[in-house]
Formats: sequence, structure tokens, C-alpha cells
Amino acid sequence: MKFKSLLLGACASVAMVASAQAVTLTIATVNNGDMIRMQKLTDDFKKQNPDIDLKWVTLEENVLRQRVTTDIATHGGQYDIMTIGNYEVPIWAKQDWLVQLDDLGDNYDADDILPSVKKSISVKDKLYAAPFYGESAFTMYRTDLFKKAGLEMPEKPTWEFIKKAADKITDKDKGIYGICLRGKAGWGENMAFVTALANSWGARWFDMDWKPQFDSDAWKGAAKFYVDLLKQDGPPGASSNGFNENLALFQSGKCGMWMDATVAASFISDPKESKVADSVGYALFPTHAKYDNHGNWLWSWNLAIPAGTKHEDAAKKFIAWATSKHYTDLVAQKDGWSNVPPGTRQSLYANKDYLDKAPFAKLTLQAMQAVNPNQPTVDKVPYKGSQFVSIPEFQAIGTAVGQQFSAAVAGQTSVDQALQNSQQLTTREMTKAGYIK
Amino acid sequence: MATTHTKTAARLMMSPSVILLLIWMAVPLATTIYFSTLNYNLLMPGVHNFIGFQNYKYFLTDPAFLTSIWNTLVLVVGVLLITVVGGIGLALLIDQPIYGQNIVRILVIAPFFVMPTVSALVWKNMFMNPVNGLFAWLWHLVGLQPVDWLAQAPLLSIIIIVAWGWLPFATLIILTALQSLDEEQKEAAEMDGASAFSRFWYITLPHLSRALTVVILIQTIFLLAIFAEILVTTNGGPGNLSTNLTYLVYTQALLQFDVGSASAGGIVAVILANIVAIFLIRLVGKNLET
Amino acid sequence: MARSVPQSRKITFTIIAWLVALLIFFPILWTFLTSFKTEGEAVAVPPHFLFFDWTSVNYEQVWDRSNYPLFFLNSVVISIGSTVLGLVVAIPAAWAMAFSPTKHTKDVLMWMLSTKMLPAVGVLVPIYLFLRNVGLLDTRIALVVIMMLINLPIIVWMLFTYFKEIPGDILEAARMDGATLGKEIVYILTPMAIPGIASTLLLNVILAWNEAFWTINLTASNAAPLTAFIASFSAPEGLFYAKLSAASTMAIAPILILGWFSQKQLVRGLTFGAVK
Repeated sequence: MKFKSLLLGACASVAMVASAQAVTLTIATVNNGDMIRMQKLTDDFKKQNPDIDLKWVTLEENVLRQRVTTDIATHGGQYDIMTIGNYEVPIWAKQDWLVQLDDLGDNYDADDILPSVKKSISVKDKLYAAPFYGESAFTMYRTDLFKKAGLEMPEKPTWEFIKKAADKITDKDKGIYGICLRGKAGWGENMAFVTALANSWGARWFDMDWKPQFDSDAWKGAAKFYVDLLKQDGPPGASSNGFNENLALFQSGKCGMWMDATVAASFISDPKESKVADSVGYALFPTHAKYDNHGNWLWSWNLAIPAGTKHEDAAKKFIAWATSKHYTDLVAQKDGWSNVPPGTRQSLYANKDYLDKAPFAKLTLQAMQAVNPNQPTVDKVPYKGSQFVSIPEFQAIGTAVGQQFSAAVAGQTSVDQALQNSQQLTTREMTKAGYIK
Repeated sequence: MATTHTKTAARLMMSPSVILLLIWMAVPLATTIYFSTLNYNLLMPGVHNFIGFQNYKYFLTDPAFLTSIWNTLVLVVGVLLITVVGGIGLALLIDQPIYGQNIVRILVIAPFFVMPTVSALVWKNMFMNPVNGLFAWLWHLVGLQPVDWLAQAPLLSIIIIVAWGWLPFATLIILTALQSLDEEQKEAAEMDGASAFSRFWYITLPHLSRALTVVILIQTIFLLAIFAEILVTTNGGPGNLSTNLTYLVYTQALLQFDVGSASAGGIVAVILANIVAIFLIRLVGKNLET
Repeated sequence: MARSVPQSRKITFTIIAWLVALLIFFPILWTFLTSFKTEGEAVAVPPHFLFFDWTSVNYEQVWDRSNYPLFFLNSVVISIGSTVLGLVVAIPAAWAMAFSPTKHTKDVLMWMLSTKMLPAVGVLVPIYLFLRNVGLLDTRIALVVIMMLINLPIIVWMLFTYFKEIPGDILEAARMDGATLGKEIVYILTPMAIPGIASTLLLNVILAWNEAFWTINLTASNAAPLTAFIASFSAPEGLFYAKLSAASTMAIAPILILGWFSQKQLVRGLTFGAVK
């Protein structure tokens, strides 16, 4: 305690200076292109609100997540606005950690938000975050390579077709790989894809008694397919490729097909960044056998206000600005329609200018509307979620299972062994957390 | 010699350091021990009830636990081997009369100044990446399939990255010691017709023993806690092939946000680290006696 | 060098030494070169070593995107502040251990070193809660104190080993002349100990500059140093090698240059009592 008062005395003055100023919002955000663009465009916001200053904390996704979670769970109060995913929103909202956001002003038009996105960030029909951009998943492919191989991509491909096409396109001597998929371990990396694939395969994480299902035939089929496909037609080092790595591979012309987040489309079709911009095609996320399930991938990056912030009104003003239709227009005017943050508002997909500039818009909308976060897979599940399971334990479990899949792709374990390990470790964690009695 | 007066003074002078470190050690340690007996997950506020040794049971029976201990050992020993052997070699080389000795020394010590996160990012992306990395290009040049370093040899890759950062440190200390070696002693041995090897073995190496002890001691302390390099490169995988004890505690603390488990893991790590410390003290005790 | 060395041998060793040194230095050089390439050129196969269109666009982007001067200032304050504070606390302790050793001295030293082995992640939550309660989250002072505590064992130990090399006779003589304890430290010991103190200072500034767990996890916007700056460039969307290289260069250049300029001082004190 001596230490404490010593510390307090020594630096109370420092702390005072920081809190005595006019309203300064500290905003934690992820270092994605759209957020960086938002930082550049804040002059527009400051013009409207000269009394509000903005301070940015821009971090890589994993670091961001651990920072904001630690802070909100301990009520650290370091941030006035946090950028969080639709995984966190319902969990945190249930703990009363987030400020309800149903009053973002008359012009906000919350009903314009895509229903599936809105559903995933609401608890009991109340909005607890505002979506900045949203995504589902679909298939991106190289039209030139398809033509050369004499293939044609159906609008609704099946996994069986994908496999055949990947075999044909792969030309390892020329550095062309038929398929690029996520393999880097992490609940938001490979497990996002693997879970979506499993959904389309009719597999589920848990049955209604929270028993893990990795020993099911559906999981076995999906896992074998995934590992074999990547091993045969994937790029070297697939087990350490996440979204970014695959994006770089696709942009540099090394991938024939890539199933991933719809936001990738605007990057790979941007001639400034992508070597293959003029030969990209799109199709829905593949399905398997008799099921009509396109993976149910739904992710949104949202802005939320931690409960207990001193600047709630100012924070709401900023969020209303950053997720408004006005912001969309601002980006379109400054950087062009193709750079507008996608996947949050219906009005964007009714805008002819946008549809002209973004050939992937229609499919993006279709994919996002098809998502049902309450029923992600074929059988009934006790959880909400799409390419994740919305329980607090999932980050750790998902990452540990992700390690097993990553090891299988790397050839360090067999698929059966990986599934068996996943079953074991998930059972263990769920028992420990009290789900399995 | 020392009077009671100076003894009291000595105690007084030591006390700030000792008290500060005592607080710095005892307070977190006590809270950690306390938390380790609770069912305390940050994401689930409410009552944190006492659950005895449950957290320890789960941590110790975690299938990754034994692997992580083994990996910790491999990491420490691997890096020590490379830095000690490489450090002796480099120091001997730089100690030779060569042109531009100063610049060579500057180049060799540079990696020590690089942040672990930066060096891990650079190695991972620009060297070990199997598609865009320089190694992949080199492998192609000689007609080999590029190696996917972080997937096929995760632990070795991390050892290389870490050893690159610590090699300069070892080299510097060994070099300082080498330069203090009595020139006459060396010359006398040369006159006696001793071979270069036996001169090294019987004269140089024993002279270096204290420097080597220091290198091993300091590096072990830092190597037991390697974390940033693993987080940036492999995330402990594939599977748990590159998970060390610190990383395992991290998965409990900052992925699971299970404060109870992480605390139990922290205590286990402290106990194991202190076992290592006892060995080190023996080693140091022998070699650092004055 | 009293011995005459055959010219051919000297040349051979020079070549080998330069090759090895360049190999060890290469990752840093490569990062530096990549930072001047375009993103496309950064992943070009075969790689371009020197002949490419040098561009400063990455530095401009990195500079625009983040408040580098603030990160830099925080790094300087935290690393130098914590080290100086550590020296203030450690010099008396090391002095006492070196010149009035008891039979417990070595145990105390070893115990101090062992405090470094508590894994930081395990105690993040208690420390975070404590700092929140005293209102010190995201302040430089908190990081200065914590970095000081983390490095204190190393500082004490380095100083101890260095002080021990100072002959005790001189102190005895000074005491005979009636020098007080304070004078003894200021006028006699300190001048002799300057090289040791200097290299302790340098080594610990380096260690504090590069520490990336506490500095990231206890800061937000006000006190975040360059390690947090790196975390905003480490894994973004799209091609990023060139920008990452530019950010990396900006993060390590200051400490690298400091290290190079002061390498003589650094080396002189790095003996840890190992040279006798």
C-alpha cells in the first residue's frame, strides 16, 4: 500500500492533465484498409463537431482483440469507442458492457441495415453496436485460367466441382495453384473457413447437449476434403496462410480459386493493387451433396461504446457519422464507389453507381441475405453463430482446434488424429466451463 | 574490516532495491496464487467462487502441458547451443587481426538492437515465407522445393530467429573476455609447439568459462520467457509443436481470458523456473566465486 | 599486436569475417532496402537487390498514418526513464553488495534474478486492475516504474559485478582520509565505475526499448511506444512487406544508431566480472 500511495502522489498530476481537457474520444480500431481510410476522412466529422477531438489506437486484429477485451472486462476505461466483431457484440451486450445504440439520430435510418447483420449485433431486438462494414463468404476465381482449362464456373458451384477444377488448373511448375484457402491457425482464421465449410457439409460444432461433434461422419468428410484439397492443389505453406496471405497470393496471380470473405473482392479487382484485376469472377460459396447451405458466413466489424465511458454523447455522434449513409457518400466522392465500406446497408445495394463499379455487389448481397445466424448448419444447434460459435470460450477452443487442422494441413498429423484431438480438447474445455455436466 | 556502522549503511543502501523487488515479486505472486484457486473468467463476471486445485488439475492435465515443457527446454538449449558455439567462433574470428575490425563488429552486434517482434515479422515474412520469402527463392535457384519453415520445422525456425537476436550478445561478451587473455601466455604456448586446437582447448576455453557462465545465465532467464517470437510467427503451432510454457499461459490468459487457469499456469511456470534457477545458481556458484 | 602476421592469413580471415558479418547483418539490410521498394517490387521474384526504383512512398504513408513522433517520444521516455530510475535505486544496492558483502549477498542476487522468471502474461490481470484503480493505465509513469522493476535485477547484477573489480584498497585509503560514505561514492567510486554504469545504462535502455508485452498491454494512445506502433503495421490487409519494412526501420533505427555510436562504452562494461 505504501507503494500505491507513493505512485499516486508521484503522478497524480500527470493523470489530471489528461482528464481535464475538452472531449477527446479514444477510438480503438483494427488496421484494415477501410478503417485507415476512415481516419483520413475525419476532417469532415471535425468540421461538424469542432469540440470533439479524436485519438486513434490502431492495432493488428489479434492485439486489438486482446487489448479491448482486457479493458472492457476490467472496466479499464481506456477507450470510448471500440471496434469489435459480431462475435463479441452479443456476448458483451449480455454482460451489460456495451451502451445500447438505438438512438443514433433521426437521419440514421437503422432499418436500412441489412437484417442478418442487424440480427447478429442485437440482443433482444436492441442494437448494441453499429456496423462499419460487413461480409459473407463466396468464391473468387480467375476467369482467364478457367477459360484456358476449358472450365465454366456455375453460379452455385459444388465442392465436388471445385475439386475437379482445382486439379485441372494447378500447374505447380508455373507457380499456379488451383485453390487458396485459409490454413493459419486461429478461430478467426482457418476455423472461420473450416466452420463455414463444415456448415455446408452438414456438420455442427455441438449437439443440443453441447457435446462436441468432431467424431461425426459429416466432420470427417469435410475435414478430409479440406486437407486433401489444400495438400494437392494448394500453395506451399498453406498451413500458415490467413486472409492476408491468401489475398497477397491471389493478387499476385498465384491462385486459381479462393473461397473467402466477400470484402476481398474489392481488393483483388483493384488494378492498382492486383495483377489479375481484369480477370476475376465470382460465384456463391460452394455446397455439398444434397444440402443447400452456402456456409452461413457472416462477419461485421462494428463500432461500439463501452458502458461507463464519460463521453457517451460524443461517441454516439462519431459512430452515427462513421456508419451513416453520408459517410458512404463521402468515401464515394473522395475515393470512388469501389472503396465504399460494403455489406451494412440495403440502400448501398440499390445504388446504381455502386452496382456499376462493383461487379461483386450483387453476389455479396445475395450471400449476406442467405445467412441465418440462428441456424448456421443443417441440424439444430444450441448456439448462435455462423463461422463461429458465440460463446466466450470459443476464442480459445476455436484456436486450439484450428491448431489441429493447421497441423493436419502441414502434414504433421493425420486428419483422423486431428479430429480426435479436437474432440478431446473441446470436450475438456466444455466440461471445465460447465456446459457438459 | 567492515564496521557495524558500514554494515548498517550497507543494509540501508540495499533496502530500496530489495524492498521494491520484494513488492514487485510478492504482490503479484500473492494475487496470482489467490486467483489460481478461483473460478475466475474475465468474460463471465459475477461470483468468483473458490474451487481449490481445480485450475491446477486442468492445467497440469492439459495434453499440451508436457509438450510445452519439452518445447521450452528445446528452445532454451537450442538457442544456447547456437549462440555459445557461434559466439565463440565469431569472437575468435573478430579477434584475429583483420581489416575493418570495427565495422565487422558493428555489423555483427546489430541484431541485438532489433525488437523481437520486428525480427520475428521480418524473418517470417521476408525470409521463411515459402512463396515470397528469400529462402524460397534460394531453394528454387538450386532446384529444390521451397521449405515451409514455420509449418515443417516450427521449433527450429523459432530457434533460428531467437538465436539470431542473441548471438551478438554472446559474441560481445566472449570477445571482451578473449581480448583480456594474456598475450604472453598464448605466445608461450605457441613456442612450446602446442597446436592451435590444444591452445584453444587448454588455454582459451578455460579462460572463457566465466564469460560463458554469464552468457548462459542471462540468456536462460530471457529464453525461458520467449513469447513475442512465437506469437508473431507460429501461434504455438502447428498443433502445439511450438507452444512453450509461456505461450501456454498466454492462451489461458489472453485467448480464454481464464484468469484462474492462467494464474495456476503462472505458478507452475514460476516453480519450474525456480528449479532451473537452482541449477543455474549451482553453475554460477562454481564459476563466479571470487 | 606484437606478433607479425603473414599477410595472406590476414586477408583470408578478413574475407571470412566480412562474409559472416554481412550474412548476420543481412536481414536488417534487407529490411532497409525493402522499405524503399513499392509493394509489388517487395515480393518480386527474383528479388531485386539494389537496382530498383527507389521510392520514399512507404515512409510517407507510415508517417501520415500514425503519430510517429509521439510513439518515438514515449519509447525514449520509457526506456531512458526506467533505466535512470533503476540506476538510482540499484547503485547503492550494488555498492553495498560489492563492498560489504555478507554470506547472503549471493543469495539475494540470485533471488533478484529469479524474480525475472515470473511469466508476465500470468500477472497481467492483477497489474491491470491495480493500475486502473490508481488511475495509471496508459501513463508513461506506470511504464517507467514497471520497466524499471523488470530490469532492476539485471541492473543490480551488472553493477555488482563491475563494482567488484574496483580495488577495495582505494576505498580504505579514502576512509582513512575521513571521506564520508556519500563522498566516497560521489568522488571515488563513481568516476571509476563510469564505464560499468555506462554499459549498464546502454544495455538496459536497449532491453526496455525492445520490451513488447507490458508496453503494448498497458497503453492505449497516450503512452504507447514504438512496439505498439509496430503492432499497427504487422498484419494488415493486402501486400504489406514494404510498409512493414519502413515501419520496422523507423522503430529500430534510433536504437541501432545509438548502439553503434556507443558500442565502445557498451562493450567495456559488458564484462560481468568475467574478465580478470
